[in-house]
Amino acid sequence: MSATSKASAKPAISCRNLTKAYGHTTAVSGLNLSVGRGEVFGLLGPNGAGKTTTILMLLGLTEPTKGTVRVLGLDPTKQALQVKRRVGYLPDAVGFYPTLTGRANLRYTARLNGLRGAEAEQRIDEVLELVGLSGRADDRVSKYSRGMGQRLGIADALIKQPEVLILDEPTVGLDPQAADQVLATITSLAADRGVTVLLSSHLLTQVQAVCHRIGIFVSGSLVAAGTIDELAAAHGGRITIEVGVHGGDPSDILRRLDGVVDVRRDGDVFLVGAQRDVREQIGQQLGRAGFVLVHLRQRPEELGQIYRRYFSESDHDAA
Amino acid sequence: MTRPEDGGPVGRGSPGGQGGQSRGGQRGGSAGDHGEEPRGGPGEGPRAGLGGQSPEGQFGGPAGGRGEPTGGQPGGPQGKRSARPEGPSGAAGVGVRMDAPARDATPARRTRARTAPSGGWRVIAGKELADNLLSIRFFVLLVVLGLAAVAAVSTAASAIRNAASAASGSPSPFLLLFTSSPGQIPSFVALIGFLGPLVGIAFAFDAINNERSQRTLPRLVSQPVHRDDVINGKFAAGLAVVSVTLVAVTAIVAGVGILRLGITPSPEDVARLLVYLVLAVVYLGVWMAFAMLCSVTMRRAATSALVALGVWLILSLFGALLAGLLADVIAPVGANPTVAEQVHNVQTEHAFSLISPMSLYTESTAALLNPQVRAVGLVLPQQTDQAVASSLPLGQSVLVVWPQIVALVAACVVVFAIAYAVFLRQEVRA
Repeated sequence: MSATSKASAKPAISCRNLTKAYGHTTAVSGLNLSVGRGEVFGLLGPNGAGKTTTILMLLGLTEPTKGTVRVLGLDPTKQALQVKRRVGYLPDAVGFYPTLTGRANLRYTARLNGLRGAEAEQRIDEVLELVGLSGRADDRVSKYSRGMGQRLGIADALIKQPEVLILDEPTVGLDPQAADQVLATITSLAADRGVTVLLSSHLLTQVQAVCHRIGIFVSGSLVAAGTIDELAAAHGGRITIEVGVHGGDPSDILRRLDGVVDVRRDGDVFLVGAQRDVREQIGQQLGRAGFVLVHLRQRPEELGQIYRRYFSESDHDAA
Repeated sequence: MTRPEDGGPVGRGSPGGQGGQSRGGQRGGSAGDHGEEPRGGPGEGPRAGLGGQSPEGQFGGPAGGRGEPTGGQPGGPQGKRSARPEGPSGAAGVGVRMDAPARDATPARRTRARTAPSGGWRVIAGKELADNLLSIRFFVLLVVLGLAAVAAVSTAASAIRNAASAASGSPSPFLLLFTSSPGQIPSFVALIGFLGPLVGIAFAFDAINNERSQRTLPRLVSQPVHRDDVINGKFAAGLAVVSVTLVAVTAIVAGVGILRLGITPSPEDVARLLVYLVLAVVYLGVWMAFAMLCSVTMRRAATSALVALGVWLILSLFGALLAGLLADVIAPVGANPTVAEQVHNVQTEHAFSLISPMSLYTESTAALLNPQVRAVGLVLPQQTDQAVASSLPLGQSVLVVWPQIVALVAACVVVFAIAYAVFLRQEVRA
C-alpha cells in the first residue's frame, strides 16, 4: 500500500518549462503546470492559444521543443504506448468512420486497446450507457447529430478505462442541454471513479461549472492558474453581488457596509462590488432597514471578468 | 496498348554478360520475399494478449489496486517492446515511436501489467481489409478487371485453338493463354501491366488523408499503437486485397482458358503462374506505395488520386518515348551511325525505360511465363547464332530476370519507406 499512496501523492500531469515551437512561431512557451490525481483541471483560453498543442504533447503525439512532460510519471515522448494505454483522449472536433455504426467504431477502439470478445462488448455497453447512446448504438455514425458524435467521442475515450482523461473542447458545437449532459458526465467520472480530467475550452461558464482548478492560457503562456477564488484574489479580490429589493433604493446602506467598494444600479438590480462575500451582512442590514430582499446572489461570471482582464492585459503587452 | 515486348520472346535482348550467369552475385541481396509484408511488423508475436491483467478494479480510483503487477510478468512489457523489430530501412531512426528502453524498468513495475495489444498493425489491417472488401471500388475493379481478363483470354484461346498445330510446338500452351495477344485485345499480362496500377492506386490514394478529413487520425494515433502501425496496417491490408483481386481474376481466367482449350496446366505451369502472381502483387505494390505516399503528402483525396493517376498515365503512355528521348541526348546516333553507337543508344534507352515499373514488370513477366525466353533487352544476331531453341526450367527463367525482380521489390520498398518516413514526421494535427 505504501507504494500506492506514494503514487497518488505524485501529480497525474506535470509540465516543466514546456515549450513547443513550429518554425518561428511559438505555440507554447515555458509552460509550468501540475494537475493532481482525481482533479478536474480546465485549460481556458481563446482559440489558437496553445491548448491543443499542449494536449498533443501530453499524449506524446508531438514532441516538445524544450522542457519536460510527465503523465502518470511517464515521459509521453519515450513511453508513448504506456501513456496512451492509460490516458483517454477526446480530440478537438472528433470524427468517426461514417459508414460504421457507433458500436462498431467503439469496437475498433477496444481492439486497438487489446480488448476482445465479451469483455470488450461489456465495456462498450457500459460506456454507451454512460453517455446515453445505447438506443442509437447500431445506427451508422453518418446519421448522428453533432452532439451524439461528441458523446460517442467521450465513450470512445472511456473504453480503455483511463486514469487520465484529456478532453479538447468537449462541449464545442453542442446545444446547452447536450453540453450540460457532457459536463455532468465529466463531473461524475471524476467524483465516482477518481479519474483525473484535463479539459480545454474557450467557454468560461462551463469550465467554471466543472473544474476544480483553472489555467488561463494566452498566446502560448499560462498567465494564471488556480482555483476560481485564488484567481479572483490575485486580481484585487473583487466580487460582484446582485441585490434585488422591494421598498426603495438601498444604495446608501449598502455603501456603508464593511468591505463594499461600490454600488451600481443595473435595472431593478443593484450590483455591489465587494472585496469579499458580504451577502450575510447585506441580508441583515437590509432586513433591519425594512427592505424586503427578493434577490441576492454572487455573480457567477467572475471568471469572465478575470478572463477578460487577463486578455486585455496581454493585448496591451502585445501592443 | 500492346507493347513490343509483350509476347515476343526475344524481341530485344542485351549483349554480353546479360545472361543468367553474371547475376548470381545479386541473389543473396535484398530481395528475399518482401512481397507480402515489407514492414517489420510480424515479429511482434510473443506479446501475451492480456495475460495477468484483471479487468475489474482498473477503474477503482486513481491509484488503488494498480500498484503491483497482477500477473506473473514483472516488468514484462518493456522487454518485449524493445525487442520489436524496427520498421523498414532508414526510416527507423525517425524516433517518434521509440518507447521504453531498458531504463524505465522501475516505473514499469508501478504501471499496469497489461501487455500491449498484440500487434496494433494487425488490428488496423483487419479493419482496413474488411472496409476494402466491402467497398464499392473493390467490387467495381474486380468486375472490370475480370471482364477484361476474360475477354483477353477468350481471344487468346480462340487463336491458340485455331493454330493448334503451331501451338503444339510450344512447351506450354496453357501459359500462352496469358501472354499471347492475337487480335486487338492485349494479352492478360499486358492488361494487368496496364490496368493493375489502377487497382493498386485505388486502395491507397486516400489511405491517410481520408483519416485526416474524417478527423479520425488523432483518435487513432492516441490509442496504444505505434504510429507506424497505422501505415503498415493499411499497406498490408491493401496488398492483401490486391492479392485477392489478382488471384481471383487469374483463377477465373485460368478456368475459362481450361474450358475453352481443354488443356490442363502442368505443375511447372502452375508454379510459373504463382511466381508471376507474386511478382504482379509486388508490381501493384509499387503503385500502392506511391499512392500511399500521395495520400500522406496531399491533404485532399482528390488531389492525391489525380497525382497518382497522372504519374501512372505518363509513365505508362510516354515512358518509352521519354526513355528514347533521353537516350538520344545521352548517347546520340549520328547521321552515319556505327554499330557501336547504335548499340549504345539502344542500351541507354533500355536502361532508362527500366525506371518505369511497368518495364520491369513486362520484362520479368516475359521470361517468367515463357520458358523459351533466355534473355531480355537487346540481343544481337551473333549471340543467338547457333543457339538451340529450348525451354528453361523455372529457376533459370527467374535467374534471367532476377535484376528486374529485385528492382521491382526495391522500388516497392523504397517508395513505401519514403511514405513511412514522411508520415512519421508529420504532425497529427492538420
